[in-house]
Amino acid sequence: MSEQVPHRPFWKKALFAVMEGNVVTVTVLAIFTAMVIGGLLTAFTNTAVLNAWGVFFSSPWHAINLAWDTAIGVYIELFEGSIFSPHTIAQLFQQASMSTALHDGYLSSVFTPISNTCLQATPLLLTGLAVALPYQAGLFNIGGESQWIGGAIVATYLGYGVSMPPGIHVIVCVLGGCVGGAVVGGAVGLLKATTGAHEVIVTIMLNYIMADFLAYLLSFHYLMQAPGVNPISPNIDSDSYLPHLFGPSLYVNVGFLISLAAAVFVWWLLTRTTTGFEFRAIGKNPSAARVAGVNVERNWVLVMVVAGGLAGLAAAAVIQGTDFQLTGTAYGTYGIDAITVALLGRGKPGGVVWAALLFGALYAGAPGMESITGTPGSIVDVLQALIVMFVAAPPLIRAVYRLRTTRAAGVSQVLSKGWNA
Amino acid sequence: MTTTATERELPVLLVEPPVSSFRRWLAPAAFLLFGLVDILVLGGYSHHGDAMFAFSAAGTKAGTLTLPARVTCYVCGGLTLALALVRAFVPMSVTLRRVAMGLVTFLFLVALLCWTDAGQAIPFYFTDLLQTTMITSIPIMLGALTGVVCSRSGIVNIGIEGQLLLGAFLAAIVTSGTGNLWLGLACGAIGGCLVGALLAVFSIAYGVDQVVLGVVLNTLILGLTDYMFDAVLSPHSTTLNSPNTFSAFKIPLLGDIPIIGPVFFNSNIFLYLTYIALFVVQVGLFATRWGLRTRAIGEHPTAADTVGIKVLAMRYRNVIVVGLLAGIGGAYLTIGSVGAFGEDMSSGFGYIALAAMIFGRYSPIGAISASLLFGFCFSLAQIMGSLNTPIQSNLLNMVPYVVTIVVLAGVVGKVRGPRAEGVPYVKA
Repeated sequence: MSEQVPHRPFWKKALFAVMEGNVVTVTVLAIFTAMVIGGLLTAFTNTAVLNAWGVFFSSPWHAINLAWDTAIGVYIELFEGSIFSPHTIAQLFQQASMSTALHDGYLSSVFTPISNTCLQATPLLLTGLAVALPYQAGLFNIGGESQWIGGAIVATYLGYGVSMPPGIHVIVCVLGGCVGGAVVGGAVGLLKATTGAHEVIVTIMLNYIMADFLAYLLSFHYLMQAPGVNPISPNIDSDSYLPHLFGPSLYVNVGFLISLAAAVFVWWLLTRTTTGFEFRAIGKNPSAARVAGVNVERNWVLVMVVAGGLAGLAAAAVIQGTDFQLTGTAYGTYGIDAITVALLGRGKPGGVVWAALLFGALYAGAPGMESITGTPGSIVDVLQALIVMFVAAPPLIRAVYRLRTTRAAGVSQVLSKGWNA
Repeated sequence: MTTTATERELPVLLVEPPVSSFRRWLAPAAFLLFGLVDILVLGGYSHHGDAMFAFSAAGTKAGTLTLPARVTCYVCGGLTLALALVRAFVPMSVTLRRVAMGLVTFLFLVALLCWTDAGQAIPFYFTDLLQTTMITSIPIMLGALTGVVCSRSGIVNIGIEGQLLLGAFLAAIVTSGTGNLWLGLACGAIGGCLVGALLAVFSIAYGVDQVVLGVVLNTLILGLTDYMFDAVLSPHSTTLNSPNTFSAFKIPLLGDIPIIGPVFFNSNIFLYLTYIALFVVQVGLFATRWGLRTRAIGEHPTAADTVGIKVLAMRYRNVIVVGLLAGIGGAYLTIGSVGAFGEDMSSGFGYIALAAMIFGRYSPIGAISASLLFGFCFSLAQIMGSLNTPIQSNLLNMVPYVVTIVVLAGVVGKVRGPRAEGVPYVKA
């Protein structure tokens, strides 16, 4: 089939590439669709807007305008709270000189939103990698939460329970967190490898077991409870705090660099090493990989150990970067968020970085948005779930936007292998 | 486990299935452990004094059993040790083995309860414990039944949690808004169907991985209900989030039987609906044409298609309709017990239902039994927490999850799900 490819101008090629419905197009449209639905949701749950619709026939434009303003206002505030806010720049240029601007904190306030985004993205990126890496090996890790808790317990204990020289203490705590997570993750891999227990159920069960275990540890003084009645651990040593990257006024810390390094490590592991090749081989087809001489069971354990380690690092980054102590609910929604991050990033380290930054931005912008517009910050969770749902169903997006179906580019194709496989 | 040549050639000669030495000693070792715990931990560390068990409702004095706590623990432990010996050296049939396992568990519970109540002034209300167990288990049971039907049709339903949550949300808001409990119940049930419909459409029409989809649906419903709670329910809590609840009604005659009556036949509509649901699903799956076809599309959709069963249509219908049950289970959480809706109020019941389904080996009766076992653990933890016992309720709360992992790991026996569960069916 040596068909002559017709020469097309660049713009046409680009248009065709977009229309083909490739990964980037589908992702962007999924985000757009989610934002439209989220906008409708915010507009039609707002009391002022609903009242305006009540008098729609007397002043229709007022109702429509108000709905539009409410919806778009949410996104503007989210943007200003997470990327940059024009007001801070205006204030910066009103200062007499650069030195006063620097001294009075006007310069740092310009970068505060983006710093908060990076701070929020750090645990999302690490736990997202903890889902994405096993995903490449055909395992679905819902246990980011349990591994996070495992890491947090070790990191916190090392943080307050032992005293070490300043520089070493930080490193030991971070490594301890990594090991704590790896143990929990490794247990899942080991159970799957030796008994065939399905990792999805095992990880879900481990989430609850570890949450209860944490509550148990935090309810006895001779275990991990700080003096007092609250289920909370003692504060960790200030020696074990992760240092800030750009001075005390911006909260972004070394944890962000660690998470980026972890992404590079996972990329290197997957694409440049024999182990990574084996991971991907058992992810594509375990039977074929076994025939080719890959030790499938050993790789299951290994990939879960690494994944657990990454989730443990996330815990260390949170404990040593922002929380400085462990509470009974510190694990929050990291486990579920990790899944959404990994799915949006399509299980690729590079994609996970972008996904973590996007969701980090949503989380960073939410509190400011809530206080200014009055729209509850939980809209962010809705957006997150909607985005991932549409990303996971490329055929839906293609159907809605009439894109051509060519190269299949979906998460579904990676993992639709059945429950008993 | 590899099958050797001898086994394959001479299957008739092997009367007993081959058992590895690890498995051979597992049960006696577990019995031994329980016996030692009964004697050394529960007996050794129990307070002096008697344990009282009341078998009637709180308030009445009749039917109280008083046992010396420490001695009872020793006796239970001794009996368990004897059972361990018997189990180790006497060959037993499957039924006898199960009876032995049940006995050990029962003795352990007696010892545990004696230890809990030793030296306490108030008796341990046994009926209360069973009543709480039944009530706590309602959402788990209904969720597990939903899971069973979905799995049997070949769709993995991780979204039970979302179904419960949306059911609870809609039931609360509709009941509060209209004042009509039955309308609220219906809307809660429809909430479960809605999530089921999303699950069906995305997994069947768009081929999204069902496990991923289930988790994402749960996140979506959690986010949505959280948002609606913050944006709508909290500001208008008197009009939109203060529903009345179904009150209990006693079934005449049956409800008057001691112990059994108050536990099984004196509750609100949800428990009775659960009985009906169990009956319908059990009989439906194993004694009707619908059930045969459902099991067929879950095990071997291609074969089912060949004989003319519409696989995809049937999967759609089953997944959507059976969402009713989980929706009712969710409605129980609000209009069946506490009334007002709270953020994340299903608090993991959906995942426990999933575990109960697997533990119950994908059969309705099994799933219900497992749900009751899990419910029992939670209520025991709750009651022991209120009795100020030295044991930590968190540890007891862990039991269902640990049991599930142990079952999954095949220690107690291998669980095999429907063959085509989670595999999208594409017509060849």
